Amino acid sequence: MQYMLAVYGDERAAESTPREQMSEIVNAYMAYTKALQDAKVLVGSNRLRPTSAATTVRTVDGQTKVLDGPFAETKEQLGGYYLIDVPDLDVALDWAKRCPAARYGTVEVRPIWVM
Amino acid sequence: MTNTTHVHRAAERAARQSYGKLVAYLAARTGDVAAAEDALADAFAAALASWPTRGVPKAPEAWLFAAARRRMIDMARRRYAREAATDQLLLSVEEAAAGMDPADVPDWRLRLMFACAHPAIEAAMRGPLMLQTVLGLDAAAIAAAFLTAPGAMSQRLVRAKRRIRETGIPFRLPDRADLPERLDAVLEAIYAAFGAGWPDPGGLDARRQGLLDEAVWLGHVVVGLLPDEPEGLGLLALMLYAGARRAARRGADGDYVPLSEQDPALWDAAAIDEAERLLQRASSHGRIGRFQLEAAVQSVHAARRISGRTDWHAILELYDGLLDLTGSPVVTVNRAVALGETAGPAAGLAALDELAGDPRLAGYQPYWAARAELLARLSRRAPADAAYAQAILLEPDAAVRRFLEQRRARIRPNFV
Repeated sequence: MQYMLAVYGDERAAESTPREQMSEIVNAYMAYTKALQDAKVLVGSNRLRPTSAATTVRTVDGQTKVLDGPFAETKEQLGGYYLIDVPDLDVALDWAKRCPAARYGTVEVRPIWVM
Repeated sequence: MTNTTHVHRAAERAARQSYGKLVAYLAARTGDVAAAEDALADAFAAALASWPTRGVPKAPEAWLFAAARRRMIDMARRRYAREAATDQLLLSVEEAAAGMDPADVPDWRLRLMFACAHPAIEAAMRGPLMLQTVLGLDAAAIAAAFLTAPGAMSQRLVRAKRRIRETGIPFRLPDRADLPERLDAVLEAIYAAFGAGWPDPGGLDARRQGLLDEAVWLGHVVVGLLPDEPEGLGLLALMLYAGARRAARRGADGDYVPLSEQDPALWDAAAIDEAERLLQRASSHGRIGRFQLEAAVQSVHAARRISGRTDWHAILELYDGLLDLTGSPVVTVNRAVALGETAGPAAGLAALDELAGDPRLAGYQPYWAARAELLARLSRRAPADAAYAQAILLEPDAAVRRFLEQRRARIRPNFV
């Protein structure tokens, strides 16, 4: 089964993170990505620019509008994802627990809807 | 006995013994519990149609499995045709089905139990889910046992089963590292199964027949797998203590006999002895828990068979510990009863009054029965009468209702 590990974190806190700690976090993500590759479970992954770079298209009163800013103001924002292919939820959860975001933020595990 | 009753009994026996095993094995590879249940229901219907004329097969379980497996493949074929999915998907279902041997259905009930009690499943639904999938209870019976509306229970069961399939919850035993945490959830749900079987001492309800034994058996399986988990041992001890009193709960004329008036000679001494050994083994680990404390309460009650009396002070102390641990209103009710024995009915009633606003207790029979007894002992006839009326209204068992009516009649000799 394929699962998306959606990585959520507090962007503002990340902005004020000292450079040293930031490079530590980046290293942790690189090591994690490599571990996923070595285990041959990684399907794809991307990091997203912060929500300050987000533009939203939404229908308001029947009219399609382009709005500046993210879908919703939340305390933690979607910052990236990993798409993995593993046998079941328990294996997906084990990978999610190893993700650096599990230490610095939140990881949401969602199965891919096979069409 | 007519042939039809014979067949019905054979089918019921097969249902009781094989239901959970068949659901677990049928659902293990696809994760689709609902499909396994549907297929099995059709297999049982086919059995009732075929067995009266062709005779009950030598191996009913294998017969039911083969019929259910065929049905599952048919259903998958139709579903995939409708959804215009690839042949590849259908092939995988057929391959999975072909890999199952009807002559040797393995016992994967424990795997099913861990799936039902998975952390990805809402805690309140784990017990009901196990009762339905492992023991085959219908939503209405489960709703009654869990004090919820049948329609809502049915919907939540459907959603929980869909969640097992869609999230890919595996049908396997958790890793050793995760076991203790995952086990708690399983124990809770086994105890819920035991509790659901408890109100039917006469064995009158076919759906509940054997439920106590099934729950005890599940307890044995868990203890066998995890011999060093004190709470598993505690739960099994608790169920054995309570189950040992099964026969003593009814008089010769079918009347309800409360624990305090039961003849200890009617208790199952062997079961109590086994429970004592289990509880001792559990306490040797030095890790106390909810089930060990509840088993200890039962141990104090069981001691009456030797001492001829009940040590209510010991029971009160154990309930104090349980209340610290769980904060449960059900424990508060039991503790109030113990307090009524050690410190008098006014103290017991005061403890119950602290719960008066809790909406969970409005429909909880033991709360009203305890309240009625304490009020009666204080000779507060009008409120006692009202509390008895409420308890009687909430009690589904006719024998217990008769017992409560008798208690109620004692406090109003001048009326009716």
